Amino acid sequence: MSLDLKFTYTEKKDTRSGFGDGFLEAGRKNPNVVGLCADLIGSLKMGAFQKEFPERFFQTGIAEANMIGISAGLAIGGKIPFAGTFANFATGRVYDQIRQSVAYSNKNVKICASHAGLTLGEDGATHQILEDLGMMKMLPHMTVINPCDYNQTKAATLAIAEYEGPVYLRFGRPSWPIFTPADQKFEIGKAWKMIDGKDVSIFATGHMVWEANVAEAMLREEGISAEVINIHTIKPLDEEAILESVKKTGCAVSAEEHQINGGLGDAIAQTLARNNPAPLEYVGVNDSFGESGTPTALLEKYGLNAANIVKAAKKALSRK
Amino acid sequence: MEKQSIEQLQKICTQLRRDVLRMVHAVQSGHPGAPLGCAEFFVALYFDQLRHNPDFKMDGKGEDIFFLSNGHLSAGWYSVLARSGYFPVEELKTFRKINSRLQGHPATHEHLPGIRVASGSLGQGLSVALGAAQSKKLEKDDHLIYILMGDGELQEGQVWEAAMYAAHFGVDNLIATVDYNGQQIDGPTTEVMDLKNLKAKWEAFGWEVIETKKGNDLKSVLEGLEKAKSLTGKGKPVMNLLYTEMGYGVDFMVGTHKWHGSPPSDEQLANALGQLEETLGDY
Ligand SMILES: Cc1ncc(C[n+]2csc(CCOP(=O)(O)OP(=O)(O)O)c2C)c(N)n1
Ligand SMILES: [Mg+2]
Repeated sequence: MSLDLKFTYTEKKDTRSGFGDGFLEAGRKNPNVVGLCADLIGSLKMGAFQKEFPERFFQTGIAEANMIGISAGLAIGGKIPFAGTFANFATGRVYDQIRQSVAYSNKNVKICASHAGLTLGEDGATHQILEDLGMMKMLPHMTVINPCDYNQTKAATLAIAEYEGPVYLRFGRPSWPIFTPADQKFEIGKAWKMIDGKDVSIFATGHMVWEANVAEAMLREEGISAEVINIHTIKPLDEEAILESVKKTGCAVSAEEHQINGGLGDAIAQTLARNNPAPLEYVGVNDSFGESGTPTALLEKYGLNAANIVKAAKKALSRK
Repeated sequence: MEKQSIEQLQKICTQLRRDVLRMVHAVQSGHPGAPLGCAEFFVALYFDQLRHNPDFKMDGKGEDIFFLSNGHLSAGWYSVLARSGYFPVEELKTFRKINSRLQGHPATHEHLPGIRVASGSLGQGLSVALGAAQSKKLEKDDHLIYILMGDGELQEGQVWEAAMYAAHFGVDNLIATVDYNGQQIDGPTTEVMDLKNLKAKWEAFGWEVIETKKGNDLKSVLEGLEKAKSLTGKGKPVMNLLYTEMGYGVDFMVGTHKWHGSPPSDEQLANALGQLEETLGDY
């Protein structure tokens, strides 16, 4: 029996390719856009830009701290640096460099972080960062974006090129359904209500937005009406959209490929606690590291799929 | 462990290469290139040089300790650990699968015998190895610390912080080896970020440097490690620049970064295994 999905797909693609394609287009639009990468050009899909604009691209070798500092310097000269590496090495590895030279100094640097979360798969926990959203959203001045599919990642990449200020853009490795339109307008900081509902609000980010879409159909079959909101921008958080939705539904679920500690759910909890304390259930990694495995097996083992969103939604409903 | 002849050790190298290829092929992920190039090093170390006890203890007191800083060589390390008795050879088939002790990159989290610290994020191993070496000195334990790093890995600044520290504190109970294969993910190191004169760099940092020019020749590797050992205890840390070829042992894999992190197809595996005699029995 197939589900009656509100959003369907015909093609799957990795979000990192959305980044790569958006980056190339941003480079064509604006000669100030420059690129840096620390020996992962192929993985980050930055090769097409490098080929077309070799003089605007800097291979730094395996030296992420240096790459962040150089990016800050390029920004001082009026360039718009896109610095790319795996999410783990783009955050934890270089936190102080980002904090001092980029965030505190308010430099127009775009930190482009691929292979985030469990869906990196077989490389295992050393590479599967689940704390990056937390670290980045704690930094003053930093904008934090985690788009949900190829199209949204491409749109977000183009949008951040036009935005002035430090940005953390998070995307991933696996092939994933493309279920949002190619011509979407990406508004930084503006949540997107994808599905209207009245019983429970599901706030999802990144790959989990697709799972929320599936969960909505599963809940609907059981007579539960879920509202699905795509929180592509985690900071600044669209508090208005969150409060408006929860005012209607009275309870919520957050879903993210990240630690529950310090992630999107925590940000939503803060908003609700201050304005409208309502039951909130978290779908995320519960204070543990990941491990090697296929993306699907890992999402199942760590409780990050549609079935778990359904479970959490029912629990939130029961607490109303 | 009883000393083995070069012929016997050579047989283990062939088997290690088979293990690596079969492991990476089975999950269609992982890194075959560098472990193939480091087979002679791994075997020379674990079956000849290291004074170690496969009955694993985390603190490594009273034995030599090896650290793998370039953690993506995990398939090679797991093979040599299993083949030298740290855990059942059978377990190699769980490599990179869910619920396995054989993580994509080495981890202590799942308690695999032989591993003392996680690696995978590059550039961190030398610092850890230095701490372990100093711990041995404090304990008056005269065993050695060995560590392997990648040449691309040397682009990380932390390596040079550690290099400076090692000479400053005269950490002379440590032998570091660099897998000098001239390759990394995006291409040859000369094109990605040129390491220039590595020997001069390490010497300038106050290290005793030896070069093992034939890193895929077992006899040379053994001689190099013997030489390195003879240089310990003289006030300086010891660096062994090991010239290897990425993908060594398989004709279509040798000498290119393309096999850094790509698994062979069914056909390529069959071709590769045809070039490597099964000597100890596949897992
Ligand atoms: C801090 C960090 N940055 C980037 C990576 C991704 N990465 C894994 S292996 C590798 C290349 C390493 O080059 P080298 O040390 O020469 O190893 P080889 O390619 O010879 O196996 C890179 C960039 C990483 N694992 N850690
Ligand atoms: Mg190398």
